[in-house]
Amino acid sequence: MKKFVIRRVLLGVVILFFVSLIIYSIERSLPTSYVKGKAMAMSQKQGAKPYEELLADLNASYGLDKPVLQGYFVWLGDAIHGDFGESWVWTQPVTEKFANVIWYSFALSAVAFVLEILIAIPLGIISATKQYSKADYAVTVFALIGISLPTFFFATILKWIFSINLGWFDLYGIVGRMHETYGSVGKVLDMAKHMVLPIVTLTIVSVGSLMRYTRTNMLEVLNADYIRTARAKGLPEKKVIYHHAFRNTLIPIITILGSSLPGLFGGAMITETLFQIPGIGYTSYQCLVQGDIPFTMFYMTFLAVLTLLGNLLADILYAVADPRVRIN
Amino acid sequence: MSDNKNTATALDDERRVKVLSPGQLVAKRFFRNRLAMVGLIILIIMFLFSFIGGMVSPYGESEVFRKTEATWKDYAGAGYNSNFIFRPADGQDFPAAAQQKFILAVNKSQESFEAGGVTYMLENCGEDFYTVSAQTPIATVLTLKGKSSFKEIGDAKVTDAIKKAYEEASKKEETTFEADGATYFISKSGREETISGGGEIALATKKVFNAAKEDAENGYAFEKEALLASEAGETSFTCEGATYEMNTLENGAVEITKDGEVYATISDLLVSPQTTGSFLTLDFKEAVEQAILAKADTFTAVDESGEEVTYQLQNKNQQYVIRVQKETTVNDTYHKPSTAHWLGTDGNGMDMLTRLMYGGRISLMIGFVVIIIEIVLGIVIGGCSGYFGGWVDTLLMRVVDVVICIPAMPLYIIIGSIMDYYKIDPRLRIYALCVILGLVGWPGIARMVRGQILSLREQEFMIATEATGVRVSRRIFRHLIPNVIPQLIVIATMGLGDVILMEATLSFLGLGVKFPYASWGNIVNAVNDVYVLTNFWFVWIPAGFLILITVLGFNFVGDGLRDAFDPKMKR
Repeated sequence: MKKFVIRRVLLGVVILFFVSLIIYSIERSLPTSYVKGKAMAMSQKQGAKPYEELLADLNASYGLDKPVLQGYFVWLGDAIHGDFGESWVWTQPVTEKFANVIWYSFALSAVAFVLEILIAIPLGIISATKQYSKADYAVTVFALIGISLPTFFFATILKWIFSINLGWFDLYGIVGRMHETYGSVGKVLDMAKHMVLPIVTLTIVSVGSLMRYTRTNMLEVLNADYIRTARAKGLPEKKVIYHHAFRNTLIPIITILGSSLPGLFGGAMITETLFQIPGIGYTSYQCLVQGDIPFTMFYMTFLAVLTLLGNLLADILYAVADPRVRIN
Repeated sequence: MSDNKNTATALDDERRVKVLSPGQLVAKRFFRNRLAMVGLIILIIMFLFSFIGGMVSPYGESEVFRKTEATWKDYAGAGYNSNFIFRPADGQDFPAAAQQKFILAVNKSQESFEAGGVTYMLENCGEDFYTVSAQTPIATVLTLKGKSSFKEIGDAKVTDAIKKAYEEASKKEETTFEADGATYFISKSGREETISGGGEIALATKKVFNAAKEDAENGYAFEKEALLASEAGETSFTCEGATYEMNTLENGAVEITKDGEVYATISDLLVSPQTTGSFLTLDFKEAVEQAILAKADTFTAVDESGEEVTYQLQNKNQQYVIRVQKETTVNDTYHKPSTAHWLGTDGNGMDMLTRLMYGGRISLMIGFVVIIIEIVLGIVIGGCSGYFGGWVDTLLMRVVDVVICIPAMPLYIIIGSIMDYYKIDPRLRIYALCVILGLVGWPGIARMVRGQILSLREQEFMIATEATGVRVSRRIFRHLIPNVIPQLIVIATMGLGDVILMEATLSFLGLGVKFPYASWGNIVNAVNDVYVLTNFWFVWIPAGFLILITVLGFNFVGDGLRDAFDPKMKR
């Protein structure tokens, strides 16, 4: 087990190397007009160095004056030491900005995640136990609509109904206009209120796949021999489903939920951008479109790490839950 | 299946004929699935809507509709003139600084004033009517023992006639003299005397001349003579050989006629056109004056083409603005749904329904192209990996790991911004979008194909192909791939929905399909303007709804196909 984990981690490091190399190469074809603009602004301060010199300095500090491959190693060398540079858009160290915004994203994703579990698992199980009933059709259609809904469209409809027509929520932002006048409890409530629509969006859009997954697994379990045995023993149907079948369904579900835990830190880019929640998703969207290479590199690498971590967790959880898949 | 059970009880020839082939069984299971049928119908409608709709629609993809809109536009301004109007004499210049000094001098009832080193004399010729003459020094004279020596200033010429006249005037101790028909002034400063030339350079009046014809040029002399005559109460005057008749109208204005035709009027009312270069007729000005006197809000006057036009008169602190309705053509934007435009028009004045049809065409085409790229890459890479195994498999699967690990959405956004920066042609962008989405999306298919082939490879029929000596390529493409096709179809159908969603999201963010091409995503993009979001539901709801039901259709069909292909599914 230990050996397996170590091997996967090492493999992950290699994959990460190539992923960041690819991303860096693409990033380098971004316009570097930002650097030029910054050099221009700096050169206009009093007693500053001339523009060309500043531009060369800046390019050198980001490794932009070197060919892509060498520039990548400059970035990699710094990144390994935990130095991801200073964000061009936010003019503060990337890691500092990241630490400031990540918790908004996490709160948003975590609440949506919990709601998702609370909605998807019961509905999935109902739909499986009553296969081909009206309830099953309703759940299936609901799940598929959730999967098919474009996030931006659903978010816009919510805004249109609840912000514009009913006026219950603000259109944008994480805090209201009167935020500073509230007490500490009021401030938290104000932020919670602004999180309602994004959370609803995120939950509805992502609840479908978990629901389908639960249904498929439950169906598989219900067709298993031990369920037939339980029924043959004369156990009440309730006990068969909620005791024997449900527990067995939980194994793959917990596995997939566990492996999606790292993803909670990844931020919901579209949802956050639409509601202008200052989480990691919205922050990096602004960096992405403005060609902020230091922040983008950090964010993309961070996402890649999260994906690898998710895969690793899934493998480990499979092995923990099901002794048959353990590799020696 | 219930009918299968029946056939199992008695397998006579009659019944055996009814046994369905595997393909027919799949079709039967599929057509029995209600959701799948709903999905299929949705898809058929969407295809008809997008591909046939564009041909049926009478409008083009980027045909802009325009409408004429009548708006009140400022046409002229009017007001009773209370300021002096300066009319410089022919070839003369009366600078603005001197005009200011002139007004001060009039207010103080002075006879002369100085501005810019020049002394001006003013002469009151009537009520609020002055002529201004300037004194320009032409020579200094030093008279010693009765003999005068002239020193010319600048390029002025002191002729003998002037000298003679000066001497005469100087003897009589006069301050002015005349020579060659011009008046000269003498001013003393110490022992030197200065001779200044004079001459009328401008007249100032509060009366306004209105010419009857556009090309009429009222000379300085004409205006002066007319004003003088008007002051004197005469009924005619001559100027430059022509005789003009004058008569005073009841509103106090003076009408000047030449040869029986109205030539010009003099009035207190100043009416000036809003646009330079346009000419206002006397009739119009008269109508304006009547309207002002009658305190009317609107009046009619005949315009140049002889048509009667209604004008609006607005009073702003005794300054009047005359407005006329002008027809202007503007883009027919955000037109409400009507019989001509069933879903209204968008922000560019294009027909919404037609945009939706063409948008659907692009969205569906991108979906298909991307899925084809993904499937080809997936089959080739997954197939090679699964069939050959060993180091090829390891290498290809590591490539799959790397590609899967690249965060797709941020990558698309970066590439979209790069294309924005280089201002890639919108048509090229669509191709680039397809290629990029395809290049990032294939690993899932490759993994599936590899997994299937790994398990199929060990089966007896593959051993049989090896034993009978079938070629490798034939073994892969004739025996292995066809067995993967059911899963491929399912994955492709579901994948189509995902690709359409991704394309719509990118276009919504402004990084995918760009104007002038329509896509459902970039149509919804209009809601970034909160004004549109609030007021024009028909601009964005239909497009979003179409994305939803199309993706839903693909998911229904994909789901139905998966159930139909899966022999374990019992119903």
